Amino acid sequence: MVDGFRPADLQEALEFRARHPSIPIAGGTDLMVQKARGFGLKPDFNKPLLFIGHLRKLRQISVRDGNIHIGAGVLLSELIINDKISEALKMAVRQMASPPSRNLATIGGNICNASPAGDTLPYLYAVDAKLILKSVSSERIIHIGKFITDPKQNTLEHDELLTEIIIPNKIFNVSYYKKVGQRKGMSLTKASFQGLADIKNSNVLDIRIAFGSVAPIIVRSREIEASIIGKPVSEINAAVPEILKKYATLIRPIDDARSSAAYRKRVSLRLLEDFLSKLS
Amino acid sequence: MKIEFVLNDKKQVIQVDPASRLLDILRDDFELTSVKEGCGEGECGACVVLMDDKAVNSCLIPVGNIEGRHIVTMESFRKTERYKVIEESFLEAGSVQCGFCTPGIVMSTESLLRENPKPGDNEIRDALSGNLCRCTGYNMIIKGVKLAATRGKGLW
Ligand SMILES: Cc1cc2nc3c(=O)[nH]c(=O)nc-3n(C[C@H](O)[C@H](O)[C@H](O)COP(=O)(O)OP(=O)(O)OC[C@H]3O[C@@H](n4cnc5c(N)ncnc54)[C@H](O)[C@@H]3O)c2cc1C
Ligand code: FES
Ligand code: FES
Repeated sequence: MVDGFRPADLQEALEFRARHPSIPIAGGTDLMVQKARGFGLKPDFNKPLLFIGHLRKLRQISVRDGNIHIGAGVLLSELIINDKISEALKMAVRQMASPPSRNLATIGGNICNASPAGDTLPYLYAVDAKLILKSVSSERIIHIGKFITDPKQNTLEHDELLTEIIIPNKIFNVSYYKKVGQRKGMSLTKASFQGLADIKNSNVLDIRIAFGSVAPIIVRSREIEASIIGKPVSEINAAVPEILKKYATLIRPIDDARSSAAYRKRVSLRLLEDFLSKLS
Repeated sequence: MKIEFVLNDKKQVIQVDPASRLLDILRDDFELTSVKEGCGEGECGACVVLMDDKAVNSCLIPVGNIEGRHIVTMESFRKTERYKVIEESFLEAGSVQCGFCTPGIVMSTESLLRENPKPGDNEIRDALSGNLCRCTGYNMIIKGVKLAATRGKGLW
């Protein structure tokens, strides 16, 4: 069995993907820990590794038809310094891991890892990001919500790679991201919250609300958002308790090593309340 | 897999399983023992080295990813002028006690000062947020980094 392959370009990577069962590896910051076997030992993989972190095609950030296209292999540290990336996404990325791991970790890895605690996910759900999944013979574009199906589960086919993330061209003049974790800048999140809004003349033209870590997948409700859109901010401020109540039924956190369910729920709703109170 | 890379300014060609951790290759095959294993999970920063001048956790890197890259450890960084300034400043500020975390912290400091030669307190704290130290309580390390930035003006 081959132990790994370093393709020269994306085409070669996809050809390898089509011919061999393989595990794509970008930065390796998730995989190397998940497959670790302890001190001084090399991680154990059951399939050959396909190295994709170096592929040029996956490392570009460009604007096409007004939408931002982010290559799956773009590093978290590159997102933070790129002027095409919105302040809202930067805010979330700055709170991820630590500088030395942000110099390794990729946005594509964060998405494909499909953890309900993935810090780029609430933003990507909130802006309706789309993903380009490529194989040698096909290309499909799907909404991120259709890609991640369960914790740690995505709909990537065995011959596909995630190549690009498309962020629709849309301005939000209020953005808010907070995560609650054990230690600043490290350990995975206990609860996270992304709020985005477009407010004009004290009216809510658009609002997006997404919660991480509080359910098997990211929580977002278009229905509740629609009930807020188009209303004056004063009306929304008065309706905060009612809005919190609606979201409370959707937030179903679990107890785990990181936190208790009750704490997660309380904190998440408080973050939402804080965001709504900042609209003006 | 055959991997070609530059290690401490010297070209190396190795035949390895690409899933091996860079940390183990550096420690076991090249005997570069300044690189420490604290947690093996990216949380402590004891294994931090420079890859193309940027701080990275060597415990998280599969060697398949280092093809064509330049890896620098303390063993060669200590010969530079910049290291001497960091060393002096750390000693003066009391930034080093047991020393286990120090190589990783020096690497993160070098990476920070290359990007930002005049960092403020918060920027230093952020840059070192991936390096744990059980001894100093961090304030002395922050002080050491600041001192190095001032003393080493023009070096970064
Ligand atoms: C110490 C530490 C702290 C962390 N802190 C955070 C944090 O605060 N927030 C957070 O969200 N995450 C955190 N993480 C998790 C991790 O760093 C991120 O999820 C990171 O973005 C993963 O990217 P990667 O390139 O390293 O992924 P990899 O480990 O290379 O890959 C992850 C998964 O995605 C697949 N994959 C990668 N790229 C592609 C592609 N292009 N196409 C198809 N499949 C692909 C891989 O097969 C694998 O299943 C942390 C990890 C560590 C070790
Ligand atoms: S050993 Fe690599 S970060 Fe702890
Ligand atoms: S000096 Fe002992 S761990 Fe930092």
